[in-house]
Amino acid sequence: MSNTAPESRVPRGVRGGAGAWLRRAGGAAGQGRVGVRVFFVGGLISYRALFGWLSPWVFIPSLLVAPVFQILLFVYIGRSAALESDEFYVIGNGLQYASIPCVFAMTNIIAGERFQQTLGSILITPAPRLPLFVGRALPVVLNGFFVAAFGLVVGGLIVGIDVPASAYGPLALVTAVSALSCTGLGLLSAGLGLIVRETAVLSNVIFGILLVCTGANVPLDALPGWLSTAAQGLPFTHGIEAARLLADGAAFGEVARLVGSEGLIGIVYATAGYLLIRVLELHSRKHATLERA
Amino acid sequence: MLRVFWIGWLFNLKNLTNSLFFVLISVLQPVIFASIAFFMFDRGDRGGGLLYAALGAGLMGIWSSTLFGSGGAIQWMRWQGTLEIAVAAPVRFLWILLPLTISTATIGLYSIVATLFWGRVFFGVPLSFVHPALFALALPVTVVSLGLLGLVLASTFVLYRQASAFSNLLEYPVWLATGLLVPLSLLPGWVEWLSWVLAPTWGMEAVRNAALGGEVWEGLGMCVLLGAVYLVLGSFFMHNFERRARQQATLSLT
Repeated sequence: MSNTAPESRVPRGVRGGAGAWLRRAGGAAGQGRVGVRVFFVGGLISYRALFGWLSPWVFIPSLLVAPVFQILLFVYIGRSAALESDEFYVIGNGLQYASIPCVFAMTNIIAGERFQQTLGSILITPAPRLPLFVGRALPVVLNGFFVAAFGLVVGGLIVGIDVPASAYGPLALVTAVSALSCTGLGLLSAGLGLIVRETAVLSNVIFGILLVCTGANVPLDALPGWLSTAAQGLPFTHGIEAARLLADGAAFGEVARLVGSEGLIGIVYATAGYLLIRVLELHSRKHATLERA
Repeated sequence: MLRVFWIGWLFNLKNLTNSLFFVLISVLQPVIFASIAFFMFDRGDRGGGLLYAALGAGLMGIWSSTLFGSGGAIQWMRWQGTLEIAVAAPVRFLWILLPLTISTATIGLYSIVATLFWGRVFFGVPLSFVHPALFALALPVTVVSLGLLGLVLASTFVLYRQASAFSNLLEYPVWLATGLLVPLSLLPGWVEWLSWVLAPTWGMEAVRNAALGGEVWEGLGMCVLLGAVYLVLGSFFMHNFERRARQQATLSLT
């Protein structure tokens, strides 16, 4: 029987002082390696196993074609209402549609563990929790970025909006930060998914709130005051505003504050989501409520 | 047959009403789209009529519940293990499926009620209908025609495992192509041709004209005509599905 734990490689004769430090350092390095492995490999495997839309038969209609039609619907409603330009709706809906992969995937990946009855097995492992849960977010962010970028490019080409080439890079960055921010909200939704039975309904409600409140289709100053104030704390609100300014020719420096706010909102939601999951994990150990919802 | 239809319709209506997902599709989603339309039309330069938007968003909900309910009907039967029993029953499978698809459209009536109520309470939408009796007639006719379109969806989606993905695919395009919130005159010319074979176009025309004034009977007539065509098509596809399933043992598609 072999023991490959890092601390076992420290010579037994060494006691205290440098030996103890070496053991601690070795243990920390081992924990770090485990954490990195849990973060990347665990995250990727979990994503592939639990995000049920990865089949091309589902992915293409749901995440590539549908956002283009959402863009077209609002472009035409906008033309009918004579409210804003086509560019306004392409950018607003292109970015906002990232909420489908970000919120739905994040919720399904963690709450889906419960449905597949693997959550209990995961929570009895000694794996560090931060990389365990946050690692599952990385593929979601990348997918959200891809879906939003696809919608922006294809929707923009179909409708024929004019964006300066110098804005492409900054727009990509804003798209990535918005996907990150929304995935933070998705992590919070995943936490709620541990106590709410209908996760699909929860995700749809979040999608609807983001569609109405983030300025994707209705300018924030056209919303009631309390709603536009609440929108300042939602993902996409600052990202969409920044993307529109960039598409109108603003330099990145002019929107850096908005991009920073977008990222910060995502971090706050992700932290809240992680803490909620941890609290519910501890609660489930005490009260045996893991499979209850 | 009438008894089978009535019991099936009532049972499925109660069943769907107990589903939080369907209540969401029927109530919350149309209210969200109606709110966006209210804000946009209210703020926009052309105005556009809040009642117009409320009715359009309501019919969007009827289409969504029909699409997801009917499109996934047979898939749910597969998951629940009731498909084999339903197909083997002495009653033709068509008469089991038809009340289900009509009930998925019927539950969409919640959408109309929700958007009108929401519009009235929060946006001051005037609820004065020019032809109230025709409005009361246009709604059930539209619901039945959409339910029959649902039968076509159910009988074609049955061959695909990923029926929900096709449902996702068809939601926005039909909202757009049938002029529920956007006048068809704004869309490319070929879209109008496509819209003629879709019952929501004519149902919307009938409901909207009954409420706001205009010719109602043309829309109603087209709903009846298209409903009959959908019934024939659905019956043909369903018969074909049953025959293939019996010959090749593919009923469960596993």
